Amino acid sequence: MGYSKDQLLARLKELQIDFSQYEHPVVLNVEAQAKYVGNMGGALSKNLFLKDKKHRYYIVSALADTKVDMKVLSQRLGLGKGGLRMAPEEALGEILQVPLGCVTPFAVVNESASHVSLLLDKGLKTQECCFFHPLSNDMSISVNVQGLDKFLKSIGRDPSYIDLEANPLVGKDQPPDLAVLVPSGSTVLPDFPEKAPSLQDSTGNVSAGNNSASAKAVKPSVNVQNVKKKSVDGQRPSIPSADAGKFVEELLDRASALLLSEISEDSIKQHGGLLGAEVANNFRKCLTEDLKNLATIFKNTAYTEGFYAGTHYQTKRP
Amino acid sequence: MEKKEGYLQEEEQVVNPWEVSAKDGGKIDYDKLIDKFGCQRLDQSFVDRVQRLTSRPPHVFLRRGVFFAHRDLNEILDAYERGDKFYLYTGRGPSSEALHLGHLIPFMFTKYLQDAFKVPLVIQLTDDEKCMWKNLSVEESQRLARENAKDIIACGFDISKTFIFSDFDYVGGAFYKNMVKVAKCVTYNKVVGIFGFTGEDHIGKVSFPPVQAVPSFPSSFPHLFSGKDDLRCLIPCAIDQDPYFRMTRDVAPRIGYHKPALIESLFFPALQGETGKMSASDPNSAIYVTDSAKDIKNKVNKHAFTGGQESIEKHRQYGANLEVDIPIKYLNFFLEDDAELEHIKKEYGAGRMLTGEVKKRLIEVLTELVERHRRARAAVTDEMVDAFMAVRPLPNMFD
Repeated sequence: MGYSKDQLLARLKELQIDFSQYEHPVVLNVEAQAKYVGNMGGALSKNLFLKDKKHRYYIVSALADTKVDMKVLSQRLGLGKGGLRMAPEEALGEILQVPLGCVTPFAVVNESASHVSLLLDKGLKTQECCFFHPLSNDMSISVNVQGLDKFLKSIGRDPSYIDLEANPLVGKDQPPDLAVLVPSGSTVLPDFPEKAPSLQDSTGNVSAGNNSASAKAVKPSVNVQNVKKKSVDGQRPSIPSADAGKFVEELLDRASALLLSEISEDSIKQHGGLLGAEVANNFRKCLTEDLKNLATIFKNTAYTEGFYAGTHYQTKRP
Repeated sequence: MEKKEGYLQEEEQVVNPWEVSAKDGGKIDYDKLIDKFGCQRLDQSFVDRVQRLTSRPPHVFLRRGVFFAHRDLNEILDAYERGDKFYLYTGRGPSSEALHLGHLIPFMFTKYLQDAFKVPLVIQLTDDEKCMWKNLSVEESQRLARENAKDIIACGFDISKTFIFSDFDYVGGAFYKNMVKVAKCVTYNKVVGIFGFTGEDHIGKVSFPPVQAVPSFPSSFPHLFSGKDDLRCLIPCAIDQDPYFRMTRDVAPRIGYHKPALIESLFFPALQGETGKMSASDPNSAIYVTDSAKDIKNKVNKHAFTGGQESIEKHRQYGANLEVDIPIKYLNFFLEDDAELEHIKKEYGAGRMLTGEVKKRLIEVLTELVERHRRARAAVTDEMVDAFMAVRPLPNMFD
């Protein structure tokens, strides 16, 4: 269930974020909103919900009169010239869980929007305060940028302000300057479930969505929880533990598979009583590298566990 | 324009850390390169010696001549035989998130060296270099460094013997002191001569070379090698990095350090052929570690340049041109079994085996490789990266 307007307002109060609220009839666009709160001292914002060809979503939140050129933005994100379009209406409800005409940076509070990238106009910083919809179009709240930042940080987002009107050259030697803001997903080989796309914030902390816990024992020894979020509150991320049982299972799986393939009617006929020696030999030849790699992964994981524990250890002194 | 050291004249091939191009769009002439750079060919006697010293079969890259040139490798091996160990130093410039197989080659070989000789390893991520040369933001280059670190760790390095560092994090202290010592020994003219800087290049570029030079000196890592100022360094890298280390080797004796030894590799060819360029903007020019089995099959079948003849009849008659055939070249890098490779080359060259079969075998080999890498990569967490990159002692690094 998505966050409601009241829940959001309560949260803002909890975080001691100053805001003024103005109720008005439902508005679907900036012009209509302007009629009610245009003269209230805060700057109006326009908010776009966009999507790229790889089904990644973006909220662009800008001052109403900042020019946003979709072609330029698309290039700056590294999506090519026509890579960005307005997201379809259904996505609004499904992902942002807000009604039509209500795109707002606050929508990222919803879990369903955790992978949506938020692009904030640096022009917002120049204003004393700005108007946004608090998840519902029958109200506008004006907050200052510090308040918005505080809110975003409280949900683990690192606000990134960009010059939306800039049009830097993008080419072979000038990589797209906003590429870091593209939500990252990863391609997978078949047989493995899709990995959850990872959250990227602008300081470059990638919360690992790269760990999938597939039933096919992707990692021989590691118990990885899906999508570790590094929240700014300093909550301890879950550290996968080096699981000896899983490790041994993976080793035995490989060994049995090879054993079964080596012992057949033909090979028995061919080697007779010496089949044992032959298979043992092949084991060494075929499995050594593979098993060593698995063992190294296990070792590295165990070391990391210990290292983490050691570096977070507070000596208790009487 | 006067001839610059390390640069050949306009019409000839260009090989330096930022540009590799063959003459007239042809192939790189490695003999000429070795001659020009002044390094040595790695011959079979070296490969045999490595096998003797490490008591294990030499790595496929050594057997196939992928690592084909060196500087002072014999000194490293002599010292090793006497019981004097060494440490390994390699690195990556994190310019992009997507790594392709060519990027993995020095790391795969370095892992073998670490296991075979049981020596420690430092890995430098030159995020500052990419920030300067590719005009990335500091944050982005640091982010890429960490992402690349994960792929590097996935190559199987032993955390108890490996220190990964990014320049932005690590430069300072003893490392910086060595940088200044090196910088004092290289004139502006010299560095322009080696790297081709011009008056238009910013001073960041001009002062970068010492950063890549000083990991060759053990005193740059006091938390690892304190008291071991005599420790030698071996640098596995692609041959285009040679200029940095020519400069380093020139400076080393002047500041009282051993010259680092080098072991250098060929360039990994693009799918479209030796003359093609692997480029980040053309995903079909290389196999990426994130490619799916379907992608690999597609890329090899549709984009790999082959030496097969135009028709089956012609092929059976004349055989394939192994000189330009990319699947054969890739198999040369990645097919472990020497006997099988010889067989394929023989049959394909004689026209008895068709291109399709060779491609099919290559697809199998590459898919297995990428699959193994992907699984190892999935086990690398941010905490593991933190641990690899932590400035910590490695008490068992020579075990």
